[in-house]
Order: sequence, then C-alpha cells, then structure tokens
Amino acid sequence: MKRCLIVDDSRVVRKVARRIVEDLRFDADEAADGQQALDSCRRGMPDAVLLDWNMPVMNGIDFLRALRREPGGDRPVVVFCTTENDMSHIAEAMRSGANEYIMKPFDSEIIESKFSEVGLV
Amino acid sequence: MNSQDFEFVAQLLRKRAGIVLTGDKMYLLESRLAPLARKEGLPSIDDLIHVVRSRREERLIAQVVDVMTTNETYFFRDKTPFLNLREAIFPQLAQARRGSRIRIWCAACSTGQEAYSIAMMLDQDTSLTGGVPVEIVGTDISDRCLERARQGLFTQFEVQRGLPIQMLMHYFTQQDDHWRISERMRQMVTFKKQNLIDAQYGLGQFDIVFCRNVLTYFDGPTKGDVLGRIAGTMNSGGFLILGATETTSGISQAFEPAQDRRGLYKLAERSVQAA
Ligand SMILES: C[S@@+](CC[C@H](N)C(=O)[O-])C[C@H]1O[C@@H](n2cnc3c(N)ncnc32)[C@H](O)[C@@H]1O
Repeated sequence: MKRCLIVDDSRVVRKVARRIVEDLRFDADEAADGQQALDSCRRGMPDAVLLDWNMPVMNGIDFLRALRREPGGDRPVVVFCTTENDMSHIAEAMRSGANEYIMKPFDSEIIESKFSEVGLV
Repeated sequence: MNSQDFEFVAQLLRKRAGIVLTGDKMYLLESRLAPLARKEGLPSIDDLIHVVRSRREERLIAQVVDVMTTNETYFFRDKTPFLNLREAIFPQLAQARRGSRIRIWCAACSTGQEAYSIAMMLDQDTSLTGGVPVEIVGTDISDRCLERARQGLFTQFEVQRGLPIQMLMHYFTQQDDHWRISERMRQMVTFKKQNLIDAQYGLGQFDIVFCRNVLTYFDGPTKGDVLGRIAGTMNSGGFLILGATETTSGISQAFEPAQDRRGLYKLAERSVQAA
C-alpha cells in the first residue's frame, strides 16, 4: 500500500484529508507542521505528501525545500493543499519542487483528480 | 408538486430537448426549478409551473428546459478520448486533410471544458496536426452554459477537475474568485446554440465529433436519429467520440467501432455513400 503524509496544522482538515486518501487506498500519516513532517520523512519517505502552506514552526514551502535536499527527498510526490490561491504562490510552489497544487476548499473529487494528474492513482 | 405538474414538465423536456425524465427524478425537478421560481419572484415551484402552463411564455419555457439540463463536465474528462485524439485521430487526419483543415464539433459542450481541453492540447503540441489548421465548434441547447463557455470563466472548483496545474498557470488568469482562459484559447473555439433533436444542423461538415454524455438522456429512437444526423455532418474518414458508458451498437449503423480504442467510432463507409 502507498503511504501519504498529510501535513496541516488543522486537526479537522487532517481528518477530512485522511478519510479521502484512505478511500484512495493510501496509508495515511499526519504531521501538524513542516518540522514534524520533515522528521517523519527522515524516518521514512512517503509516496505522497499533501501539504498545507501556512503552519507554525515550519511552513509548507520551507519544508518542501528542505525535503528536496534530503537524501531520497526527490522521490515523494508533493501536492500543495492551501488557501493561498494566487498565481504567485502557485508559481513559487512549483519552482520549489511541488508536483501539483490544490486550492482550498477541496473535496474528494479534487484530490482524486490531482492525484491522478501526478500518477498516484 | 403533484403528478400532473411533473407530467407536464416531463412532457415539455421531452418535446423540447428529447430528455426523458423518469418518475424517480422528482427531486431533481424540485431542486432545479426552485431557484428559477425565486428568480421569477414566484413563491413556489407550483406557482412557477402554473404560470408556465397558463401564459405559455416562450422565454420562461426555454428557461425551464435550460435549468433542467444536467451540465456536469470537466477538463480532459475521462482522459481516453484525448489520448485517442493524440495517438489515432490527429495522425490520420494530419495526412488525410493536408492542404485543407480539420473541423471538430463538440456537440453538447456544456460550459466548454471539452472544447477548451482540445484547444489547449493542440496549442501545447502544434505538431499534432502537422500544420493543418483546426477549427473547433462547441454547441449546446443551454444558453446559460453557452454564455459561460464564451466567457471562458471557470470557478476554482472547475479548474481543479481534470486540469493539470501547469495548464492552469499557462492558460488562465485569475479574475476575482474565478479563472479566465486566455483570449487566444477563446479564439480557437466558436460557441453556438444547437438543439440536437432539431431536424437539421446548420453547422457545416466535420472530421471529428465529440458527442459525450448527452445521448444518455434520450430514448432509443431519438439516440438513433441524432446519431444519423451527426453522421450526415461528417466527412468521409471522420471520427465520432462517445462518452465512457455509451455506444452506437444497436442504435445506429452509421458508425463502426475503431479497433482497440474504447469510445472511438469511425463513420461507416456505406453511410458516406448513402449521405
Ligand atoms: C452532462 S453534459 C455533457 C458535457 C460534455 N459533453 C461532457 O461529456 O463532459 C450534457 C449536456 O447536454 C446538453 N443537452 C441536453 N439535451 C440537449 C439537446 N437536445 N441538444 C443539445 N444539447 C443538449 C445539456 O445542456 C448539457 O450541457
């Protein structure tokens, strides 16, 4: 089974996202900020990361840049999932190594569509 | 709503659009007519239907039909048809139509995602048609959808269904909480009103016809008639693309399935001679 790390400081969002990715047959792990996510990735790289932007301790974009410098950190497919919905944020995310980008609010159809875009489902 | 009113709307839809509304769709009727009743300043659906029945105002009748259509669509829907375009259809037509042009018809295009998907695909890889110019025509019965299609304005939800983020970045600009497809893409597509149950289509001849997820609302004989008329608009060697759950088999002899290509049909040669 593929593993998806859900990174969001909202417990509610993580719960909703978990249900959706589990329906897509992923094992789900959760992290509440970028640092927790990085620690989790160092223990073992997930197949996919669903990544919020604004979080305490370490935000999503800093996590992404750090992840891409880790050994094996180029492998996980990273899908941003954030309320930042303007072109400059999208462009910055893509330049920093994101694979896809979801603008909140999201639902299961959007996640499935985006995951299929990057070959995860 | 009483069953007479339901029957009235069902008849109207069938006569005007060929759409078959079965009794289990009562809920659909209520959820779609309620906003129209409000817009018309009428207290309930019952009042709306009463006004339609007594006044027989063309404008209002057309709006009832319009709001009753199901307009679900998304960019690059089902993927396979676009793969078929790239791998099978364009390579053949690039040869066959050299020195001429390729005309594509999106019949029942709803809000335009299908037509614009083709436009973006062609723009991204201009070698696909070997330099043969392409014209894309999108038609629908719904004025409401056509208006949105022409504007090329999509919600945040719509641009996240089927559309890769790179394409959003490349072809769209943000307008308040909507996204607008570029002027260049809009110029590649023409949107027109065409009711598929009309006896004649004034759209010219086509090489490729997308007719997806609309036949499913019609009864058997209507499906056959529509496919027959579509065949009549097609050039020899033309291709028909149906929805993932649709087929011509048992409905029309004018087409034959393309080998190993799901949802893809070729105009049968004898139907060209007959036409
Ligand atoms: C479910 S949408 C399909 C859109 C697109 N072809 C797709 O597959 O994504 C069906 C469309 O058919 C249109 N439609 C229904 N009856 C029609 C008719 N008699 N003539 C033309 N269009 C019709 C509706 O207005 C609606 O936009």
